[in-house]
Amino acid sequence: MSVMHYLIVSSLLFSLGALGVLLRRNAIIVFMCVELMLNAANLAFVAFSRFHNDAAGAMMVFFVMCVAAAEAVVGLAIIIAMFRNKQTVNLSEFNLFKW
Amino acid sequence: MSIGFIVFTLLAIVGAMGMITSRNPVYSVLYMILSLFSLAGLFLTLQAQFLFIIQIIVYAGAIMILFLFVIMLLNLTRKDTVAIRFNASSVFAVVFAAVFFTQLLTAVSVFSKTSLDQNENYLYSTVESIGHALLTEYVLPFELISLILLVAIVAAIVIAKKYRGI
Repeated sequence: MSVMHYLIVSSLLFSLGALGVLLRRNAIIVFMCVELMLNAANLAFVAFSRFHNDAAGAMMVFFVMCVAAAEAVVGLAIIIAMFRNKQTVNLSEFNLFKW
Repeated sequence: MSIGFIVFTLLAIVGAMGMITSRNPVYSVLYMILSLFSLAGLFLTLQAQFLFIIQIIVYAGAIMILFLFVIMLLNLTRKDTVAIRFNASSVFAVVFAAVFFTQLLTAVSVFSKTSLDQNENYLYSTVESIGHALLTEYVLPFELISLILLVAIVAAIVIAKKYRGI
């Protein structure tokens, strides 16, 4: 398999994640789609790291995973706070900034 | 074409599609776990064993279980489990994703189509080499990550806490 095949899979998964972010109205599923986009980027990093036999890509994936864990914790806490205010996580209900 | 690459790619795409289309968030999480496991398999076909294990433990294990916890904690009603509606904005979403994918395809088509050499070993596949790189060249970001994790723990408690009188 060449590096291009992995990049195609990565871009397909990234586009699917972007599609999910735009299509779904459930905040938790939108958040999971963001995680999917992060993972697609990770796949591209690992493919390039293998292609160039370089440590930077693998290190980047490691740090992205750590930051993603931190980000998931804070994001889910925000979703819980949102649910406490409105008793729903449907994003159509959160229109405070809509004019 | 290697069998592993094709199988894991198909499973990752099926998992991603299932996550987007399923109505119940719990099914979404399960499909997402399938997708993350197959991404871990793709890491394995790239000889990145350490990242394969970390992907399974951290992503498929810890983060997705956290999502499941939150979904079960929130007691979602029928208002939250809405199916995808087909209206102008969903058409825009599909067109946007398709255009974005074609752009990415044209961007990646310049990269090498020659197969990755199977005989040449990937230097950063084992825990030993990754650990050595982490504690020499990348020691500053490694220490900063611990600070980020600490801040995230505190922030999660502060945000999710129930305040009296507010």
